[in-house]
Parts: sequence; structure tokens; C-alpha cells
Amino acid sequence: MAQLLQHLINGLAAGTIYALVALGYTMVYGVLKLINFAHGDVMMVGVYMGYATAIGLGRQAQSSLWGVALIFAAAMLGCALLGFFIERFAYRPLREKPRLTALITAIGISFALSYGFQLDLGFKLPLPGGYELSLALPGASPRAFPEIIRPTEWLIIGDRDVVIWNWQVISFLIALGLMLVLQYLVYRTRFGRAMRAVSWDHRVAALMGIPTDRVIALTFMLSSALAAGAGLLYAIKDTSVSPLMGLYVGLKAFVAAVIGGIGNVPGAVVGGLVLGLVEEFVVGYAASTWRDAVAFGFLILVLLVKPGGLFGRVAAEKV
Amino acid sequence: MTTARSATTVPEAGAVVPAGLKGLLPVLLALPVLGLLEWLLRASPFATYLLSVMGVNIILAVSLNIVNGMTGQFSIGHAGFMAVGAYLAGFVSLMLKGVAISFLPEALSDQVFFLLALLVGGLSAALCGFLVGLPSLRLRGDYLAIVTLGFGEIIRVVVQNTDAFGRALGLSGIPQTSGVGMVYFGVFLVVLVARRIAGSSHGRSLWAIREDEVAAEAMGVDTTGYKVRSFVISSFFAGIAGGLFAHFVPIINPGSFTFVKSMEIVVMVVLGGLGSTTGAILAAIFLTLLPEGLRSLFTSLGAEGSLAQKVDQIRMPVYGLLLVALMLSRPQGLFGTKEIWDVLPKWWARRKKGTS
Repeated sequence: MAQLLQHLINGLAAGTIYALVALGYTMVYGVLKLINFAHGDVMMVGVYMGYATAIGLGRQAQSSLWGVALIFAAAMLGCALLGFFIERFAYRPLREKPRLTALITAIGISFALSYGFQLDLGFKLPLPGGYELSLALPGASPRAFPEIIRPTEWLIIGDRDVVIWNWQVISFLIALGLMLVLQYLVYRTRFGRAMRAVSWDHRVAALMGIPTDRVIALTFMLSSALAAGAGLLYAIKDTSVSPLMGLYVGLKAFVAAVIGGIGNVPGAVVGGLVLGLVEEFVVGYAASTWRDAVAFGFLILVLLVKPGGLFGRVAAEKV
Repeated sequence: MTTARSATTVPEAGAVVPAGLKGLLPVLLALPVLGLLEWLLRASPFATYLLSVMGVNIILAVSLNIVNGMTGQFSIGHAGFMAVGAYLAGFVSLMLKGVAISFLPEALSDQVFFLLALLVGGLSAALCGFLVGLPSLRLRGDYLAIVTLGFGEIIRVVVQNTDAFGRALGLSGIPQTSGVGMVYFGVFLVVLVARRIAGSSHGRSLWAIREDEVAAEAMGVDTTGYKVRSFVISSFFAGIAGGLFAHFVPIINPGSFTFVKSMEIVVMVVLGGLGSTTGAILAAIFLTLLPEGLRSLFTSLGAEGSLAQKVDQIRMPVYGLLLVALMLSRPQGLFGTKEIWDVLPKWWARRKKGTS
């Protein structure tokens, strides 16, 4: 029983992170009907931005409340910018082309980011006043992510039968907060209404005077920022950061989005939680080495049984 | 006029070669040529290796082109099917290592078992293709990309958890029965099949699906059936390529069949032109020789290790950027859906006109 409770907690903690990343896939899919393959890698870049900020702040400052806020802000803003550029220069020129073209571009960007970050390239730029600006790619090997939230046990039940860590609670709360902000943005603001209109039919939305280009760009920035936040939470949970993390977390989050029905915002959240729990239970009760296969096995199962996902409908394609 | 001419040519051709043999003729012609090639190359292990790798890449690119190019579905897990073929073929060969057919010379009996192993590898890859394709090909194309990618990962995890496949260490000691001749016989077969499909009514249905799936369905094309079939054919040849690969490298391990390998094949197909068999072949040759050439160039220039290693490192991000650049500037790839013989005469004509 206690073991079950522990797995439930771990699964929820992982699931909320998947849910956050899945939201990004679903939002972009909603407005562009494009599976943004590079989403996970944008997340990885965000984690590295957070990592650099944390290192820059130093051991003392990085775990203070302001330090953590700064790390999140830097990563999320940086990623929003990256998302903007990717949309502007890679996806926008292809918007009216066949969908395969955009998909291949997305795969290309994903590949360029995840493997470009593994290069050992760097340069030093001498600055006036004896300072030196050194820029370098992180290289292939994973790095330890600094403990910006010092791990402490917050709740212990029985003889360490169930342990809840502070970072699990904090990350759950941050994820929940981000989801509420998103909910507010999408359903309570003018921007959200415009976004939903574009997702419904972008040509009609344009005729109604909605600046579709700007809305799509903002959606991209929003989803990238969410990914950066989620990525940082993942890095805190995993205590490591590597160039390939985006590929794996991104794929699992995509599976979560499909489970919930892609394009469906509440579906992405439920899908993320379901995937987190399923993965945790398989690892806990069956075999931990099979962790990476679980998500895809589950995906194929969902596609076989309920191709539209739990909440999605298989819409008839109009010609 | 034209009907009269064609009516006279058909029996003429039939008179030279018996009708039943006509389809087999290119095969019969290819075998001695390939045997000669292998005999000529026996002295140079590096050339043999390079040519074998190139051949395997050609098989992979041409077979992936059947799905990605002709059918317009986007599979990015081709290395997964290659892995299935490599492991099962390797496993069969390891099981049959001491066995020989008594009435055949040893080399020939080895080749018989090698063919058997290849067939097992190809068929099991085809079965996997069927199992993966059936659910995902019923849906819209972009799902296939993710599912095939996931399939590749599942294969990797399964191999790493199976003792019979040597877990992370891989399989070693597989008899080295593969050679340039065998590999290029595979190349020959896959090109033959791909070209035959492209020109047949089956191929026309595939083109129709690629251009507009809804319209194709409205015209009575069984879209799911055709998609699954082309996927199975493609996986079969990926399995054959894997089997060939397993029999000339010293060791196969999960590291040889990662997402990187799948991407490499995708880049070959996209660069050559989605739907162009000769484009896929040329891109496969180019992308196999280029890194090797650069590496040997750097090594011969005396750049000890560092630069030569960088070639391998830089290859991956360059492939990614290449895909993006291609999509932005020339989304149809080098040849589009044309074959080289459609492109070259025009090029020659334009060149001549320009110079005169």
C-alpha cells in the first residue's frame, strides 16, 4: 500500500512535467496543424540557458528564491526568443507548402539542435578592460544540474515507506501554476480568443481582422517558454542535463499529447499524468530497463484502440 | 501507326528470349559481373568495406524511398528495421555456424546459409513493418514519423534486454560470409523492385496517395492497404540491408542502429529527391563517400585524430541544417520525382545551346 502511494507520488511528479511539455505540442498543433518535432530540443536549449544562469549566479545565489526566479525567467525568455526565430525563419516560409515539408524542417531543426549542442566548439572574445567573453557549446557528455532547490524530505510516512521530497511538491506547484496561467491566457484574454480562432480556421480568422502571423508567433513563443519551464523542472528531478534529453523527454511528451488527443488542451494534461503514472508503475513493478520502451508501446496501443486519443475526435477531413 | 509498331516489336522480343526468362534476364546478367567485382577487390579490405557500406546505404535509401518518396508517408525509423534484420540474420548464422551441406563445397554451402539468414532477417523486419504500420498508417502521415521513431527505440531497448542478442555488447563472431558481390546483388534487387513498383499500377496508386490521399481514396484506391504494403516491402529490404551489414562488420551492437542511422538514411532520400530512385542512389553514394573522403583527407594532411574525429561529430548537425536548407530552397531535393535519365538529356541540351 505504502509502495503504491510512493509510486503514485513519483508518477504524478513526472506526469506534470510531461503534461507541461505536451501542452506545447498541443498548442502549436492547434494553430499550425504541425507536429513541432523540435519542441523537445527547444526545451533542452532552455535547460542549458537555465544551467548557464545558475552557474553564473554562483552556489549561494542560485538557490535563493530570487535566484530560482531569475533562472526560470532567463530560460523561459531565452526559449521564447528561440521559438520566435524558429517560427519566423523555418516554419513561416513553408506555411502554405505541403505538410511534409514543414515536418522535415522540424526534424532537421531538432537534429541540428540536439547534435549541434554536442560539438566541442567554442571561442573566446577579448573584451576591453581585461575581461573575456567565452562562448562554448556544452559538448556531448551530460552535466550535473546544480541543486537550485536543495533536496529535503518534507513528509515521511511510517518507516520511510513514503517519502515526499520538497522538489516534488515545488515542481508540482510550479507546473500547476503555469497551467493555470495558460488556462487564463487561452480562455480569458483577447489573445487567447484570437489563438482559438486561428486554430479553428486561420483563413477565416484572418478575414475577421486577426493578425494570424502574430498570433502564431506568440503561440510558438508561449509554447517554447512553457517547454523551458518544464525542462528546468525535469532537470531538477533528474539532476542532470544533456544535449539528448530534449529528444527523449520531447518524444514522451508527444506521446502524452497523443494519448490525450492532440490539439486538446485538457487532454494534454491528462495524457501527461497518465503517461507519468504508467511509466512509474512499469518501472516500479516490472523492469526499470524497459522504461524507454513503455511510452512507445503505450502510444501504439492507444493508436490501435482509440486513434483520436482519450479526448480527441477523429475529424473527417474536409476537402 | 504506333499500334502497328508495337504489335510487331512484341513477338520480336519474345523470339530472342523465352517469355518466362525475360524477367530473370537482368538477374542472370548481374551475377557474373558481381562475382568478377568481388574477385577484383579481394586484395583491398578497405575498398571492400567502403563499397559494402555504400551498398548497404544504397539499399536502405532506395527502400526508404518507396515509403517516404513514392507513398509520401514519412518514416524515420528505418534503422530499427535494419536492426531487426541484422540481429535475426546474425543470430541465425551464429546458430548454424558449424553446419555445412555435405554435397556442396564449403564456400557455396556458407552462401546458402547466408541467404537463409538474410531471408529470415528480411522477413522478420517485414513482419515488424506490418505490425508497426497497421495502426499508424490508418492515421494521418505525421503519426507514422513518431511511431517509427518510437519503434526504433523499442527495438534498441528490447535488444539491450535480451541475452540472446548480447545485450549492450552486441553480437560478435558472426561468419563473415558477406561480400561486395552479395551486397550489390541486394542493391540490384531493391532497385529492380523499386523501379518495377514505380512503373506498375501499384506504383500509380502510391503516387496518387502521395499527391492527395483523400482524392486517391475517392478514386477507389485502398489507401491503407497500399500504404501498409509499401511499408512492408520497404522494411523487408531494410532487414536485408541489416543482414548484409551484420555479415561483414566484426560486431553489431545497438549503437549501430540508433536514430542517427535513421536520420542519415532520411537525409539521403530527401537530398536525392523524394520519389527518385536514382536520386536516392546518388545521394547514398555521395553521403557515404564524403565523410570517408574528408576523414582520409584530414588524416593524410597529418591532422592527428582531432580534425578527422570532428568530421564524424559535425556530420550530424550538418545533416539537420541540410534538411532545413533543402526544405526552404529546394523542397523536391536534387531530382524531385525524376530519375537521372529524365534530367541529364535536358541538361546536356541546355549546355550545348549555351555554348554554341
